[in-house]
Amino acid sequence: MKKSHWYNYLWIWAVVYFAMGFFNILFAWLGLIDFFLPLIFAVGFGNKGFCNRYCDRGQLLRALGSQKGFSRRKDAPDWMKSRAFRYGFLVFFLVMFMNMLYATYQVFAGASNLREVVTLFWTIHVPWEWAYHGGAAPWAAQFAFGLYSIMLTSAILGILTMLAYKPRSWCVYCPMGTMTQLICRAKAGTREEEKTS
Amino acid sequence: MAMQSKRHAVVDTSLCVACGACMEVCPRGAITVWKGSYSVVDDALCIGCGLCARECPASVIRVEDRP
Ligand code: SF4
Ligand code: SF4
Ligand code: SF4
Repeated sequence: MKKSHWYNYLWIWAVVYFAMGFFNILFAWLGLIDFFLPLIFAVGFGNKGFCNRYCDRGQLLRALGSQKGFSRRKDAPDWMKSRAFRYGFLVFFLVMFMNMLYATYQVFAGASNLREVVTLFWTIHVPWEWAYHGGAAPWAAQFAFGLYSIMLTSAILGILTMLAYKPRSWCVYCPMGTMTQLICRAKAGTREEEKTS
Repeated sequence: MAMQSKRHAVVDTSLCVACGACMEVCPRGAITVWKGSYSVVDDALCIGCGLCARECPASVIRVEDRP
């Protein structure tokens, strides 16, 4: 067994994040860290340092799948690894993200009321009203519910594919992973060569 | 020339997602993710143990006989 690095414990952040959002949804805003950090690594430095080391999600899947051995370690199906699916899922994810921002805007503009629900898989509404105690504008709470929904949905998807396939199967189709790789490839000026190394 | 292992890891870079799971487990520190784009194996360091292939979520690493 290789010795652990401090960042191997970043999975703790994932657990703390979901626990805090269970009690107070406003903590869900901290999920933005997982959106900005990878982009800073990719846009600023042209690398996937976030994915390679500091992603709490990646470390969680590694801890459960590789270290605890919950993963079956089977090859993911070809469609899941295909560019079409990865890019398609990225587009879908971005559209749903915009949708979430729009719902936030509607509450901000007073066109709709705050919905205190967490939405799983973009369809299933789970009541979550105990986690909002006021203390912030309704639109800020709406955004928190929306972001928490995205984080929880993707965590569940990640854990399901961790169990079924390789520990970090989620990283194959993770929208942030796909997007930062596209940015890095563009910066590196690599065409998608079929060369092997 | 130093003794080389019979087998070594070969990456299909076209489908690599640059996640770095391989780099994390390599006991020889033989793998780097090149500019966030795909992983590259330092052939001189690789001992063909296959740990990287076992971890790779995209299953794009194969351990093959050295040419
Ligand atoms: S691909 Fe996604 S989940 Fe995996 S390490 Fe990168 S950002 Fe984290
Ligand atoms: S086969 Fe073993 S030594 Fe070679 S790159 Fe993979 S993990 Fe490292
Ligand atoms: S584990 Fe596989 S997909 Fe991830 S960087 Fe290594 S070779 Fe690429």
